[in-house]
Amino acid sequence: MSRRNRRIVAAGLAVLAILATAACSAESGGGADGPQTIDLWTHAGGNDAELEVINTIVDDFNAQQDRYTVKIQDFPQDAYNDAVVAAASSGNLPCIVDVDSPNVANWVWAGYIQPLGLPEETFEGQLAGTLGRVDGEVYAYGYFDVALAMFSRQSTLDDAGVRVPTVDDPWTKDEFRDALAAIDKLDRFDYALDMSTGGTGEWISYGYSPQLQSFGGDLIDRSDFQSAKGALNGPEALEWARWFRGLVEDGYMAQTSGEDATADFVNGTSGLLYTGNWADGTVKEAFDDAVVLPPPDFGTGPKIGAGSWQWALAKGCDDVDGAREYLKFAHDTKYFVQYAKAVGLIPATLDAAAEIPAYAEGGENRIYLEMADRFAVVRPETPAYPYISSAFEKATSDILAGGDPQSILDRAVADIDRDIRQNGGYHS
Amino acid sequence: MATTQQRMPASSSVDRATSARRPLGRRGDARAAALMITPALALFILFLLVPIVLAFALAFTNARLISPNPPEFIGFDNFSLLLTDPVFWASVRNTFYFAVVVVPVQAGLALFLAVLVNTKVKGAQFFRTVYFLPVVTSMVVVSLLWRFMYEPDGLINRLLQAITFDRFTPIDWLNEPAWAMPAIMFISVWQGVGFTMIIWLAGLQTIPVELYEASELDGAGRWQQFRFVTWPGLTQTRTFILVTITIAAFSLFTQINLMTQGGPLDSTTTVVFQAVRSGYQQLQTGYASAISLVFFVMVLTVSLIQRYLTREKG
Repeated sequence: MSRRNRRIVAAGLAVLAILATAACSAESGGGADGPQTIDLWTHAGGNDAELEVINTIVDDFNAQQDRYTVKIQDFPQDAYNDAVVAAASSGNLPCIVDVDSPNVANWVWAGYIQPLGLPEETFEGQLAGTLGRVDGEVYAYGYFDVALAMFSRQSTLDDAGVRVPTVDDPWTKDEFRDALAAIDKLDRFDYALDMSTGGTGEWISYGYSPQLQSFGGDLIDRSDFQSAKGALNGPEALEWARWFRGLVEDGYMAQTSGEDATADFVNGTSGLLYTGNWADGTVKEAFDDAVVLPPPDFGTGPKIGAGSWQWALAKGCDDVDGAREYLKFAHDTKYFVQYAKAVGLIPATLDAAAEIPAYAEGGENRIYLEMADRFAVVRPETPAYPYISSAFEKATSDILAGGDPQSILDRAVADIDRDIRQNGGYHS
Repeated sequence: MATTQQRMPASSSVDRATSARRPLGRRGDARAAALMITPALALFILFLLVPIVLAFALAFTNARLISPNPPEFIGFDNFSLLLTDPVFWASVRNTFYFAVVVVPVQAGLALFLAVLVNTKVKGAQFFRTVYFLPVVTSMVVVSLLWRFMYEPDGLINRLLQAITFDRFTPIDWLNEPAWAMPAIMFISVWQGVGFTMIIWLAGLQTIPVELYEASELDGAGRWQQFRFVTWPGLTQTRTFILVTITIAAFSLFTQINLMTQGGPLDSTTTVVFQAVRSGYQQLQTGYASAISLVFFVMVLTVSLIQRYLTREKG
């Protein structure tokens, strides 16, 4: 290549580089006149009911003032966290993000999100599990909490001769086993139990770590969040692992269940469904005699997860005032009510709960509120949580596949401890 | 294959044509060439060179995807950790297992199909289209569909039961450590074979008809024709196919991510899958870069060996 041609190539590259930068910067920041655009990202893509409520709130906000326009970008839940992380690494976070509650501590540590800066009285009467609080500051608020629960049909339990457990008197480990055996004997279902073992990602930790905790184990030693030793590979954890794999070996549960466990249950392929109360509407619509059961007590009482998706303010936001105005506007009892009604989840404030008959005393969904109140265990509030969750996910799928539980759990503990060490204990 | 390599072997002849013309001193041509190469060069630098250099550098740090702390240089720590990681060794084993089976099977089957549809019978065009259909279907769609078909009461098991009069016991294909990888190999070949067939077909059609006529006059049978006319005539095509589908086989990821997530019991985890999992799910950018670096060296070594073995002798 001659020198001249080399110069042409170099000039061409420079022009392209300039164009690329110009295109990027043109994207952010709205025009001088007209409303400022505030981007909002949500994981609710594909979940029409939830997305519709978000749309309503945003439309209301956009209509009642003309300084800001909130723009929704929805992602499928599986891809959402990756999208946020990728955006944060390149400094392109939107102003408002929703965040799964176990990630709040990690995102605060990483500097993704900032305190909401809303007056403290905004959150009066809100369930503690629905606030992302780190070091006393509120970084995120959620509209709802969810509760793990089991579903079945009265007719199924009656035919199997199994008693209906209650929040005050849940099934014990042995009762649960007997119930599975009895339902299995009906020969009516492909599997007596469906625990959504086909799920991936955070569901694994959300759904199965409470069982581990009910056995007496845990994901990490919560005294200082520095090691998982003993908690995740002690005798209690081992017992949980053996029990879990046992369900597959005894043919009560599929090693990998179908894509949509709720749909399978409604179509009659399973007798008992272990999932969250998000399945409530679908199940009750399908069966007149649907019953909601608390998770079994494996030793230390029934346990369920706590904390769901919450809204947060990103740190790099260049229009904090507008974003804050939206978050303040959106924290309105009527939206809490709409959320709870649309997705069948537990409303996050008492005001909202009072407006929904189903969640009032004696209401048909009261059981979820009671369970969230009595059985909830938050996932470890440590920046190490994403790693812990990923290690637990792999360990669980290996256990379900029939690997040696002790070495799998030892391996998970070693990985988690190494990660914590490598990050200097995740001290901020 | 997950990624179909679109580069055609014709590029080498283009190079030769331009270099032959350059001595004539046509300055305008050279300038046009420089202008035209710029976009490709820009993309190449931005999306290939820069990431590769970054990955090399990050592999020696403890960089994290989410962290308030800047990355620190930690020497060969990531690599020594890698050597003691049983999942990594499982990934390397699985990757080679996949490549060793898929490359010859896919190349062989594709050649067989290409020879079949290269005949001038009625309907050859129809079969070409049929074999090519899976190629134009996205691997994501293919993986999701086959996940259903591989279920214990899915299409595959039902089909096998039907043709064996129920003597066949259904297999939970993707949940059996011994079957998960073969099941993935099967759909990978099924999806990729059409594209490879088209390349073989292009190669077959460069062989002059006179050679076949001459060999026929000499009394060669169909096998002898294939052995002494077709096979030697495909040398260039063979090398190209071998190299491209080997690289594609090594980068197995989509099917794994969608169908098995590396399970059951690490029986389908691959090097690329582990790199993505460490980098994104577990946020260990440095460690994932180290895995990528090892992967790079691995592919480079295999490609060099292939090049050496298939070099033009003499």
